[in-house]
Formats: sequence, C-alpha cells, structure tokens
Amino acid sequence: MDTMQFIIGKFNYWIYIVLMMIGFYAMIAKRNLVKKIVGMNIFQTAIILFFISTSSKKGGATIPIIQGGHGDAAGHVIDAAQYLNPLPHVLMLTAIVVMVSTFGVALALLIMIYREYRTFEEDEIYETLEVMRLKK
Amino acid sequence: MIWQLDIMFLVLVVISAIASVNVKDLLSSAILLGAYSFLMCLLWIEMGAVDVAFTEAAVGAGISTAFFIGFIFQTTRRTKD
Repeated sequence: MDTMQFIIGKFNYWIYIVLMMIGFYAMIAKRNLVKKIVGMNIFQTAIILFFISTSSKKGGATIPIIQGGHGDAAGHVIDAAQYLNPLPHVLMLTAIVVMVSTFGVALALLIMIYREYRTFEEDEIYETLEVMRLKK
Repeated sequence: MIWQLDIMFLVLVVISAIASVNVKDLLSSAILLGAYSFLMCLLWIEMGAVDVAFTEAAVGAGISTAFFIGFIFQTTRRTKD
C-alpha cells in the first residue's frame, strides 16, 4: 500500500523522467538534424516540468499574493501551506526564455546548413562531405 | 492541484511528445510540438504556476511554432525518420 501511494503520489516525477528520456532518445538516435532540435526542446520542457512540480502543493494553494496583507490587517501570521513556493516559478521563467532563444539560433544555423548541403539528414551530409574531400 | 486533470494532461503530453518525435513529416512535427507546448502550459496552470504558464503559451507555443513553420517554408518538409 505504501509503495502504491509512493508511485501514484509522485506521478509528475515519473512522467518527467519519461519525457526527458524521449527527448534524450531523439537527440541521440534520430539522424535528422531538425528532429534533434525537437528532442532538445522536449528535454528542456521536461526539466521545467520537474521544477514546477517541486513547488506545487495539494489542497488549493495559490500564488503568494497575501490576503489582507496591506492596511490595518497587515502584520498577521502567514500560513505557508496556503501559498506555493514562487522561487522555482521565477527560475523557470528564465529557462523558458533561454529555451526559445536557443531554438531560434539552432533553426538559423540549420537554414545555413540547408543552403550548403540541401538536406537535413546526417548520412547525406557525410556523403556530400566525402565527395568534396575526394575531389580535392 | 486536481490529480485527475493532472494525470489526463500528463498522458496527453507524453502522447504528443512521442508523436512529434516519430512522425515522418517536419510540418506535422512542428504542429505537434506546438500542441505539446500548449498542453504543458495547461499542466502548469493546473499546478498553480500561472506566470510560467502564460510565458509558455506566448513564447513556447506561439513564437517557437511560428519560427518552426517559417523555417520549414524556407527549407524542406522531408525527413527520413
């Protein structure tokens, strides 16, 4: 019973591992360069999912905007169980922006590769390189 | 955090991730990656991280799908795996 509760209670973390491995598989095993970039995107989102899961709480907790925090009622004791930890949220906002900018730079580099080799397949790029080497 | 919704979104996220990695057409891959990002954003709203969710919806699902589609029109849809 305890192990079942452990498995179901940490469901987000199991799925995070699965997603990370899907991304990792795509980065390593796929021979198309665009598919590698898609895998990198999935990998990064899986890590963001992990961080957001660490900050979530059961029982209707919300973002830390404190009720009655201003005016005469200010200075009362805060019940920490009602509010989420905002630190992972802020860190992951930065991570999302970094993810999109790496994606954009990678696509720009791939456009340059396509203009040179007319393909995205690694094996065809290697063939072209081999032909160019033999011509010299 | 509603665990039924949580599990439903997580299963859909895994399905769209696998589909976007395995589909044999880059335009379909782009659309499926957009769907993946949007489902991830719903998951974060459900976990209470609204600030992360709207950034992901605007930047992850919106801008990067637009980048990807523009990229495919510049180059090619063809892929072998």
